[in-house]
Amino acid sequence: MTTIASNIPSLYDTLPAQFSTLTAGAQWPEARKEAFDRFQALGGFPTVKVEDWKYTNVIPFFRSLQTLQLPAPIAITEAQLEATGLLLPDVYRIVLLNGELQPQLSELPPAKQATVLKMSEAAAEPAFTAHFNNSQKLAEHHFAQLNTAFFTNGLFIEAKAKAQVEKPLHIIHLYHNTSSLLVNPRHLWVAQEGASIQIIESAAGLDGSGTMVVNSVVEAVTTERSQMSHYQLQTGGGQLRFINQTLVQQRGKSLYNNYTFTLSESELVRNNLNISLDDERTETHLFGFYIATGNQLVDNHTSVDHRMPNCESNELYRGVLMDKATGVFNGKIYVHEDAQKTNAFQQNNNLVISPEANIYTKPQLEIFADDVKCSHGTTIGQVSEEALFYLKARGIGDAMARSMLVKAFAFDITAQVKIPAVRKQVEQLATRYLSAAVNN
Amino acid sequence: MLNIKNLHAAVEGNAILKGINLNVKAGEVHAIMGPNGSGKSSLASVLAGREAYEVTDGSVEFEGKDLLDMSPEVRAREGLFLAFQYPVEIPGVSNINFLKTAVNEIRAYHGQPPMQAKAFLDMLKSKQKLMEFDANLMNRSLNEGFSGGEKKRNDIFQMAMLEPKLAIMDETDSGLDIDALRVVSAGVNKLRSKDNAFIIITHYQRLLEYIVPDFVHVLYNGRIVKSGTKELALELEEKGYDWLKEDIRLEEPVQ
Repeated sequence: MTTIASNIPSLYDTLPAQFSTLTAGAQWPEARKEAFDRFQALGGFPTVKVEDWKYTNVIPFFRSLQTLQLPAPIAITEAQLEATGLLLPDVYRIVLLNGELQPQLSELPPAKQATVLKMSEAAAEPAFTAHFNNSQKLAEHHFAQLNTAFFTNGLFIEAKAKAQVEKPLHIIHLYHNTSSLLVNPRHLWVAQEGASIQIIESAAGLDGSGTMVVNSVVEAVTTERSQMSHYQLQTGGGQLRFINQTLVQQRGKSLYNNYTFTLSESELVRNNLNISLDDERTETHLFGFYIATGNQLVDNHTSVDHRMPNCESNELYRGVLMDKATGVFNGKIYVHEDAQKTNAFQQNNNLVISPEANIYTKPQLEIFADDVKCSHGTTIGQVSEEALFYLKARGIGDAMARSMLVKAFAFDITAQVKIPAVRKQVEQLATRYLSAAVNN
Repeated sequence: MLNIKNLHAAVEGNAILKGINLNVKAGEVHAIMGPNGSGKSSLASVLAGREAYEVTDGSVEFEGKDLLDMSPEVRAREGLFLAFQYPVEIPGVSNINFLKTAVNEIRAYHGQPPMQAKAFLDMLKSKQKLMEFDANLMNRSLNEGFSGGEKKRNDIFQMAMLEPKLAIMDETDSGLDIDALRVVSAGVNKLRSKDNAFIIITHYQRLLEYIVPDFVHVLYNGRIVKSGTKELALELEEKGYDWLKEDIRLEEPVQ
């Protein structure tokens, strides 16, 4: 532990003191204490010696951080929201500032369809007590433990039994800091029996000073026959770095769709997406798309835990790596002995455009049942020379032809998005990043 | 229009074309036949500008310009078109968007503004009708999931849209059933004019019953060993290529 502490002396050494100050009088003291102990027992911030962090060295990103103390809240104007370019039509817009709900800027769904509360006000909700801090996977993640210890606020969402939440909930995470800051938002989302809900997350950094690491945890639970579609649009400016833990527990016959699209200028994005299939006949679709430019590091670690029979999971991640960027994909599928008749598919395709870009990709299947269908595949390549020649033979210039092929590669994934406005926004963002690179 | 002189080319150091001479004028249709491995498709590839082929000697003039000096896209913009033996599937690029981009890139090269959406669609519709091309295929990804025949028809449809001066058809008849062959040939015949020219590369005489050539050339071992009119194609169909090989062997000096 001493070696790790010396990696980030300024922050790590101050954590015990910050823990006593910042969490004094806070809710859930036992959970926080236990998590902080666990974080320390795990060795604090993970170095590259920890297998799951082999290619992603977070230490430099934490070196400059000073505090976990949130700055005083600021007033957000409609114009500022508009300026993010992230607003979507036909949604319930829910605005958070550093994890704190901003009711004056938000429109909540009707109470009979869904409950939306600040985490700090949700403690008495039965769905909260049933599911909060309940995911077994939390204990494995250094940063999830850190989050549990220090989290400030976030959103509790409960889609009511049999409710079809009419419009998607669009959560706009705004972040603001006045010094280098580590912020820990925490969310719990539950879809009750037979409910159906779509949740879109976007992120934007407001003007501030210093860098900011957002270490967030979403616990999501889909109960019997419910459906949840979860879009993580990882947008956001250059001062933000993201470490996300999304932990999903699926009950019988439920459906969970996740779309993780990283289209940002953040130097570091690390996603830990863990799905636990706890009952029979669940269905899961995971779509990921990342564009990494400059010196960006985009790391997706996913795991799908098939615990019960007759479940189906489908995963497709694609990435475009440019400049000196690095991509990491680690996709674990674990099929337990009892999980007969599992269908599990996984695919990761990467287009490496620049000679200095890197991708580390690793499919990891562990299968202990004997009557299952599982497949995985991973590719790393450039645009197809034959396709390039075909386009050129029709008069299309080299740069344009390359750009068309890269976009085609990307839009194959964005075509999976079911909400037209989201698809349009994502494709516009992708086009912007891809054009910049291809024209270089 | 096209003047090929003493063209030599190699792939990975292996000589493939060994001195081709061919002169194609506007309004003409030339058929190039020959046994497998004689260099027919290589000739098409060299003319279209495939990178793997290295020209080791000779020259090719296209409309008075040095063709070999141009990149593949510039050749296309100057009016050369290659109908592929195996048209490529490109998922994610829609047929229509691809065509619009191609048309506008060619226009930009000639200093013309991009085509208005309406004008483009009108042109698309009229060519679809002319070529009997299924409009439902337009919004699909380029050749993705198309049958062999649909891909070839798509290539000919592209030819109609881009209106090249010289079209080189590389074994367009391979893999076509008789109905598709008829439609593809009818399309080509509709596009024939006194201002354009065609080089039709084929293995069989069958295609030439539908697209009647002005000249037939036999390519063997990287050279044109015999030229004639359409009757030559019939003779080849009847006798095969072996008698030609015999003739050539007799002509070649003993090593």
